Amino acid sequence: MLGLNSKDQKLFLVVIVVTLLAPFILNPFPENSELAQFNAGYPDLMQRFAIFGIFAIGFNILFGLTGYLSFGHAAFLGVGSYAGVWMLKLLSMNVVPAIIMSVIFAGLFSLLVGFVSLRRSGIYFSILTLAFAQMSFALAYSVLTPITNGETGLQLALDDPRILGVSQIDGSIPPTNFFGLEMRDGFELALGPWVFTLNFGYYLCAVFVLGAFYLSMRIFNSPFGMMLRAIKTNQTRLPYTGMNPKPYTLAAFVISGMYAGLAGGLMVAMDPLAGAERMQWTASGEVVLMTILGGAGTLLGPLLGAGVIKYFENIFSKINDTILYEWFSFMPDGLQDVFVFLIHPFIGKGWHLTLGIMFMLVVIFLPGGVVEGGQRFMRLFKRGDKGSKSSGDAARSASPAE
Amino acid sequence: MDAIILQVLNGLDKGSAYALIALGLTLIFGTLGVVNFAHGALFMLGAFCAVTLNVILNTSYETIDPDRTDFLGNPLKVETPYIFDWFGPEVGGAMIEWSVPLAILFAIPIMVVIGLSMERGLIKYFYHRPHADQILVTFGLAIVLQEIVKYFYGANPIPTPAPAGLVGSFDFGVLLGFEPGSIIYPNWRLIYFVFAAVIIGALFAFLRFTTFGMVVRAGMADRETVGLLGINIDKRFTIMFAIAACVAGLAGVMYTPINSPNYHMGMDFLVLSFVVVVVGGMGSLAGAVAAGFLLGVLESFASMAQVVDLFPGINQIIIYLVAIIILLTRPRGLMGRKGVMED
Repeated sequence: MLGLNSKDQKLFLVVIVVTLLAPFILNPFPENSELAQFNAGYPDLMQRFAIFGIFAIGFNILFGLTGYLSFGHAAFLGVGSYAGVWMLKLLSMNVVPAIIMSVIFAGLFSLLVGFVSLRRSGIYFSILTLAFAQMSFALAYSVLTPITNGETGLQLALDDPRILGVSQIDGSIPPTNFFGLEMRDGFELALGPWVFTLNFGYYLCAVFVLGAFYLSMRIFNSPFGMMLRAIKTNQTRLPYTGMNPKPYTLAAFVISGMYAGLAGGLMVAMDPLAGAERMQWTASGEVVLMTILGGAGTLLGPLLGAGVIKYFENIFSKINDTILYEWFSFMPDGLQDVFVFLIHPFIGKGWHLTLGIMFMLVVIFLPGGVVEGGQRFMRLFKRGDKGSKSSGDAARSASPAE
Repeated sequence: MDAIILQVLNGLDKGSAYALIALGLTLIFGTLGVVNFAHGALFMLGAFCAVTLNVILNTSYETIDPDRTDFLGNPLKVETPYIFDWFGPEVGGAMIEWSVPLAILFAIPIMVVIGLSMERGLIKYFYHRPHADQILVTFGLAIVLQEIVKYFYGANPIPTPAPAGLVGSFDFGVLLGFEPGSIIYPNWRLIYFVFAAVIIGALFAFLRFTTFGMVVRAGMADRETVGLLGINIDKRFTIMFAIAACVAGLAGVMYTPINSPNYHMGMDFLVLSFVVVVVGGMGSLAGAVAAGFLLGVLESFASMAQVVDLFPGINQIIIYLVAIIILLTRPRGLMGRKGVMED
């Protein structure tokens, strides 16, 4: 079905169910309960899960399959965002043309950058992409201010033309919509103590995530994907077999650039503004972290990585000392202070420290990321069942000898 | 003419910092084959060694001076640094005054210990992992280090002044026969450049003229053969890592009066230093130094008003532009060795 083998079909079904039921799954704690702060089921965060999931899935097509480590992918996301906002400003508040233009512009830009950068490999490629991204970032701040609005960021205004729509409704900027359905629309579902928010914007993102995920599954299983893996395995041997790896890598680069553009377009569709800081190298570094944390080269990894990092960024950073004191209130006073003191550096504003440590641990002990962790965990439970162990050995011996 | 000389001078101090960091980076890469993304963090740690020493020297206790009162009429509280009691107010005052140069002595052992423990504790396990893994784990380490510094020192830049005697500026105009006042250059930047030149010279001399340096160079050329000759090359490479850490740290110590250190200064320098290393050629020490000064000077030329008028925004992108052009025309950078980092 859908050109997928049965294992991928199952995976895709799980992803569909999880994505569509995310507002329920991510809100496991009743409203007003103490644990409600761990709920991630609010629209803003769920949209970010989806958007950065798309970004990371795209990055994984390049990095996971070909092994080319790009340190400038945020530039494509930024270009996509700017293109999207300009469509909203000039054409109409319908998000469809904005998203299409984001993808096209990011694709064109990544074609240019990729064409030049892919003439080198290894760290030289990383530095070239980094240089291009930093250049676009610096230019967006300085010379290109008429297009990007510099430090303020590109925003919608009341006197934008919007030739197919209206410039303003009752003196305010009209909201972004999908053929009339407003992105911020949604309704709240109260089931007993639980409150679930079903937001239209999130569901639009979810549809795109599923599309992006499906496409990446097809690419992973296609001859094209096989070719990309061959590039990762041995770049020198490939030309001897009569293949030219260049067009394939460039195609992978442009595809991942378009994914980044799609993410940028969706970001704009949810919140119509674009700033240059989206193109800074730290943003590029973030998507690398997401992909590695989840598991580079795996289908599900980038989605998981994006989810974990965004969850930590939003939830971990909200915990403060008062909350900690509540948690440890069952302890005697002195001990309570000690615990709060020990945990304090890792929460709130210090969540980056947690992220850094977590990331280092993953790279050191779990090079395959969360996905590998999950697989090892599953294997623990299957210990008694000898079949899985031997199949694992078979898989190991099947990897080509260098 | 004088404007050109001024721009060259202006480029030298930034160029010195790039050159020192890039030298350490390429030294680590050339010896251990490890891409160290935490090198910028070492630079930052060095700068914070200077800050820490300043804080330690200024640690004081409070006494109440019964003879004087403050403007509210209360007895005046006087803060006396402990160091005044130990060395007397004159020597103590001089030590506080000269805390940045003193921090060099303070930073060397700290940076050596940090370098050794980093290499033995983490980098050692990454010799044979792919370069991507090395980049990622050191990137993670850099995040951790800078967050730790942020936790203790906060996010704001901490001003650390140079000794008062060295604060003024030097008028090159008079020296070179131009109008007085046409080329004015802060003393400390001159000192920074001389300091960097001394460190670079010492490092090259160390590698060139000592037995230890000879073994290290042999190891860089062919690690396996040197190992087969019965020389413990890993130990020497570990020491080289500590030296590289030290160089980055000292570059940071001396940089504090030029720019007040903050916790993310390392990352800002790291990205540019990497560009410098790659432009110079991975694994080439001379290339790193040359590219460091070249890019520093180019950057300051590009920020001249006449140039910016001609090409708006050029000052922001010149380094990256040059890097792209050099990498496309000279695949291994300016002085890169064949076969290094081409997988």
